[in-house]
Amino acid sequence: MSYFAFLAEHGMTLLLGTVTTVKVLICSMVLYVIISMIFGLMRLSKNLIIQGIATVYIEFFRGTSLLVQLFWVYYVLPFFGISLEAFVAGVVALGLNFGAYGAEIVRGGILAVPKGQWEAAHALNFSPAKRIKRIIIPQIFPIILPPAANLTVELLKATALVALVTVVDLTFEAKQINSITWLSAQCFGTALLIYYIMARLALVPFLRWLEVLAAKKVGRGNV
Amino acid sequence: MEMGFRWDFAYEILPQMLWATLNTIIAAGVGYAIALIVGLFFLLGQRTPSKIINGINREIVEFIRSTPLLIQLFFVYFVLPQFGIKLSAWVCGMITIGLHFGTYLSEVYRGALEGVSKTQWEACRALNFSTVYTYRRIVLPQAFPIAIPGMGNYLVGIFKDTPLLSTIGVAELFHAATAVGGYNYRYLEPYTMVGIIFLILSVPAAMWVRKLERKVNVAQGKMKQ
Repeated sequence: MSYFAFLAEHGMTLLLGTVTTVKVLICSMVLYVIISMIFGLMRLSKNLIIQGIATVYIEFFRGTSLLVQLFWVYYVLPFFGISLEAFVAGVVALGLNFGAYGAEIVRGGILAVPKGQWEAAHALNFSPAKRIKRIIIPQIFPIILPPAANLTVELLKATALVALVTVVDLTFEAKQINSITWLSAQCFGTALLIYYIMARLALVPFLRWLEVLAAKKVGRGNV
Repeated sequence: MEMGFRWDFAYEILPQMLWATLNTIIAAGVGYAIALIVGLFFLLGQRTPSKIINGINREIVEFIRSTPLLIQLFFVYFVLPQFGIKLSAWVCGMITIGLHFGTYLSEVYRGALEGVSKTQWEACRALNFSTVYTYRRIVLPQAFPIAIPGMGNYLVGIFKDTPLLSTIGVAELFHAATAVGGYNYRYLEPYTMVGIIFLILSVPAAMWVRKLERKVNVAQGKMKQ
């Protein structure tokens, strides 16, 4: 069977799987960004209890394997009466895991804003909300976006794991086609190519664009 | 089915889980050793004067780095036999992990070499040291401490990615937990124990790496003074 015949027969299935992968990616991206911000701020809290909760959360999710967390959410939570759909379980596990890594990036970003900026905003009598919104946040983005971009590419790769809890994504479809046709080189090769194209031609340029945009906002256009 | 955590069951399967943990540690260690060496080859490909080799090397590294380890595992495990290369799941897993993380380690090596000040090279040139001598006595001793935290991070990273090996049938910790869970139809205890064992092993390791990182940063700060 030629490669084109393979694509004609199974290309559509793989594309449908790709759509699911993109859905998982977008949902878990939104979730992980929100979690990172919350826990990144909690990590910097002066309240020891809040800080402790954030530290335990971050250490726990960074210390165990994503696959274990994923299986735990999907197979063990039902024991406690919480049954999640495979897609939701996948997104939740990805979001929680990457949120822990993201929180550390956010924390580093906030700490990297020079103290003088806080003091100057204070001296100019800006309200606390305005200080954060107009002075601190615009300066954080150029710092945290490059590491966050790396993390997001890792997230795209990690979405492949949700196939193991029966989410019908690109990896799942590739495995399925492999078990029917045994054309392993074609189906896994195509899947690898699709992931590569998604990362290199869609996700990375998008994240680069965000980085440039964020840098321009604070007048560092030539980054 | 009984709800809640059953301690007696957990205690019963503990020996089995600990044996499997040993396999996980072996897998991580061997995979890491291969990755360390593979990383050197990618570094070599990147530093050769030939632009063509540089370009090919970069594309290979980018490709491996931006595709999921899981599918790479499937690819190696299912495709190689079609070309008459029959390898066990263990060997396939080790090769794939070695290749995947080798690309990351080559970046660590590169960063470390670039972290050595250019003037060091110039000084060696001025003293008429050979390239080999410069690397061996001047550059590598300074680059190595810079590389240690990154290298440590990826050791922990590989350790946490070993559960993926269970998908091609390597009998490591996660595989054992799934087998035990399926046999007894109870997943709560095995999976929870896997999580705890991972925590016990990787949190101290990660803390140790962070300590090293701080040490290196301090040492480098001193060098700049």
